[in-house]
Amino acid sequence: MLDTLRRRRNRADVLRFLQVGGVYVATALILAFNLLFTPNFATLANLRLQLVQVAPVAIVAIGMALVIATEGIDLSVGSTMAISAALLPLYIGYGVWPAIAVALLAGVAVGAVNGSLVAFAGMQPIIATLGVLVAGRGLALVFANGRLTELFDPTLDSLGNDSVLGVPISVLLVLAVAVIAGVVVRRAAFGRQLLAVGGNRAAASLAGLPVKRTLVAVYVVSGVLAAAAGVLSTARQGASDPSFVGLLIELSAITAVVVGGTPLSGGRVRILGTLTGALLMQLITATVIQQNLPDSTARMIQAAIIVAAVYVQRGRSRA
Amino acid sequence: MTTPAIDVRSVSKQFAGVRALDGVSLELNSGEVHALVGENGAGKSTLIKLITGVYRPDAGEVRYLGEPVAFARPRDAQAAGISTIYQEVNLVPLRSVASNLFLGREPTNRLGLIDYRSMHRAARETLSRYGISVDVRRPLGELGLGVQQMIAVARALSTEARVVIMDEPTSSLEPREVDLLAGVVDTLRRERVAVLYVTHKLDEVFRFCERVTVLRDGRRAHTGPVAGTTRLRLVATMLGRDIDDVREHGATTFTDEHRSVAGEPTLRAVGLSRRPYLDDVTVDVHAGEVVGLAGLLGSGRTETAKAMFGADPVDSGSVSVDGRTRRRWSPAAAIRNGVGMIPEDRKAEGVIAELSVRDNIVLAALPRLTTAGFLSDRRQADLVDTFVKRLRIKVASTDQKVRELSGGNQQKVLLARMLCLHPKVLILDEPTRGVDVGAKAEIQSLIDELAEQGLGVVLISSELEEVVEGADRVLVLRDGAVVATLRGDDVSEERVMRAIAVASDEAAAEPSTTDAPAPEDPHA
Repeated sequence: MLDTLRRRRNRADVLRFLQVGGVYVATALILAFNLLFTPNFATLANLRLQLVQVAPVAIVAIGMALVIATEGIDLSVGSTMAISAALLPLYIGYGVWPAIAVALLAGVAVGAVNGSLVAFAGMQPIIATLGVLVAGRGLALVFANGRLTELFDPTLDSLGNDSVLGVPISVLLVLAVAVIAGVVVRRAAFGRQLLAVGGNRAAASLAGLPVKRTLVAVYVVSGVLAAAAGVLSTARQGASDPSFVGLLIELSAITAVVVGGTPLSGGRVRILGTLTGALLMQLITATVIQQNLPDSTARMIQAAIIVAAVYVQRGRSRA
Repeated sequence: MTTPAIDVRSVSKQFAGVRALDGVSLELNSGEVHALVGENGAGKSTLIKLITGVYRPDAGEVRYLGEPVAFARPRDAQAAGISTIYQEVNLVPLRSVASNLFLGREPTNRLGLIDYRSMHRAARETLSRYGISVDVRRPLGELGLGVQQMIAVARALSTEARVVIMDEPTSSLEPREVDLLAGVVDTLRRERVAVLYVTHKLDEVFRFCERVTVLRDGRRAHTGPVAGTTRLRLVATMLGRDIDDVREHGATTFTDEHRSVAGEPTLRAVGLSRRPYLDDVTVDVHAGEVVGLAGLLGSGRTETAKAMFGADPVDSGSVSVDGRTRRRWSPAAAIRNGVGMIPEDRKAEGVIAELSVRDNIVLAALPRLTTAGFLSDRRQADLVDTFVKRLRIKVASTDQKVRELSGGNQQKVLLARMLCLHPKVLILDEPTRGVDVGAKAEIQSLIDELAEQGLGVVLISSELEEVVEGADRVLVLRDGAVVATLRGDDVSEERVMRAIAVASDEAAAEPSTTDAPAPEDPHA
């Protein structure tokens, strides 16, 4: 009798621990596995490669986490990356920084469209951003005439491939974005409004919070971050490829957010968890490749982890 | 000696080291309506959940019809014949009334598909037995809370229950519906069903129940026949206080004196109309005055409050503060102009359950606590500490999640959220609903105190006594219109009821007293 009780309690504790810490444990496990069994894993070059590869997803995922905290979702991030990538070669003639500024402004514009559709037109986020997902990629191809354009710009190249003190610039960028997002969520009024809107929109509205403005703002943030990821990807490849850049990244980003412990039901957000979630998914892919297993294996493992993450979340919402 | 339907034998239950129940016993006999009363946190909910299999006791046992039972989950308890009607309606708002009534046991035709026609017919019959007439095809969510609750009751009763547990069934019912429920309870008693009736309302204990059990701080403080006790004694037992102390306070904690006010109203809502809910409602609120809005459920009290606060759009009408008419009225504008509101539905529109007590309290004050968009921890903490102390909000820490608090403390959090804005006018929609006796008394004295300090208050309550004793002036609403305004000595429960009743009679009598001929049938 007492034994079953203890087992039940232990089970509840384990579940609660997994909700918050599961992603860290899983990441630690896969790192340990690779250090032991994957040849040439523990080299600086390989670790750096993993981080650089995950950078665009991580940046997009942070924006996604904020949107999900408002009980929304942003499917248009991949297309936003494409638009931003398509605009770079068009404006690089004015200099690299103006071109990047234009690309980021395009992210603001896409976010404003998404946010307005959700906040003012009252559309379901999944439908509104799905529309923008489709239209955005089309727009990007129009900008680029459907072509891949190679870019030879030293600044852009160093943005994508150089390091400061041994840390790739793109990784530093991810860290900066994560720190800012963390501070905003914890210490800024905007972060509090975000969680209030996601936690209980009616209550937020009756407390006089600018619900619509908050919604528009969070989609704008997501749009800008996606545009930044588009710049980063382009810089790393040395080419603007609007047909393929950011393709299906929305799914990776959502996965990172969910695996990282942010519930889809809104009202909560875990920035560090999201980053770790993105890293975990990257490591799974890398492990499978380096173990010479088919790519489909990576997908199945990822799918299993997503299901497990959602299962653990479900436990929380019932508690 | 008959076997009790439910025999709870000295059960104990702890949560994270906190003792929720400590050796509590309860015998519930067939054909008995047994009241279970106690302040929030007394252990009523925990006891119900132990009986219905949501929790298991740490010690002690529950017997059902003489046999020890341990239901794995509420559904098993229900299948065994123990039906529970929860305080918050547990139905599917988007599905039709009939689907809700037959949820999980829909009649099917030969193909195994739902037979809607017979389901609708059966639903109509079931509901008409309880005097409810609604279109059973309408989504449940479109109906009033009271009707939803009655449908929850009807659903529980139509499952052939041997034991029915009612958890504050009348908290959202209007008096007419309470009468209906009284009839239902009588039927249950005649059919030898055992009823455990959890309530905050002493009226109902004396009206419905034979025996009463009082819980206090997780222990049984009293069990005995209702006939052998008095209200005062029950209140005293619940609060664990001296009887003389309670008598001094009276039934509510409002002071008797009525404040009279003069001069310009602080908040003035003129001719608010919104079809079909509001019809030309005008409300003035002066500084230091408590204006009561009385009326039955659905009379437009909540709609008036929301329109005054800018939460609902209006077809026509205007709101002015300090003599200036405000355009673009919204909750945010209202708060900026010193008008606050606490909504009726605490869970759906009030608290943000996942946020901490601190975050919930400072929510509306965010713009005032930020410097360049960032929050000052110290200013937040000062503000929160002040109001937690002043309103005596019981929290382990201000980091605690609001959902872990009792109803009374959640309500105080909402009061703190508005009071920290230092409003000129505060609209309170059912401020003491679902709140324990102690918190209720504290909230009532607080309203008095605030009015003394010059706050204008709009007080909405479905408890007549609260409006009558708390308000200086009472507007009686019916069908979205003000039908009477009572002042000073005119404010009494009898007058309010008469205003409601007279208005209803007049409206009902209208067609017969008009001289105009009945409209002709165009097909005749």
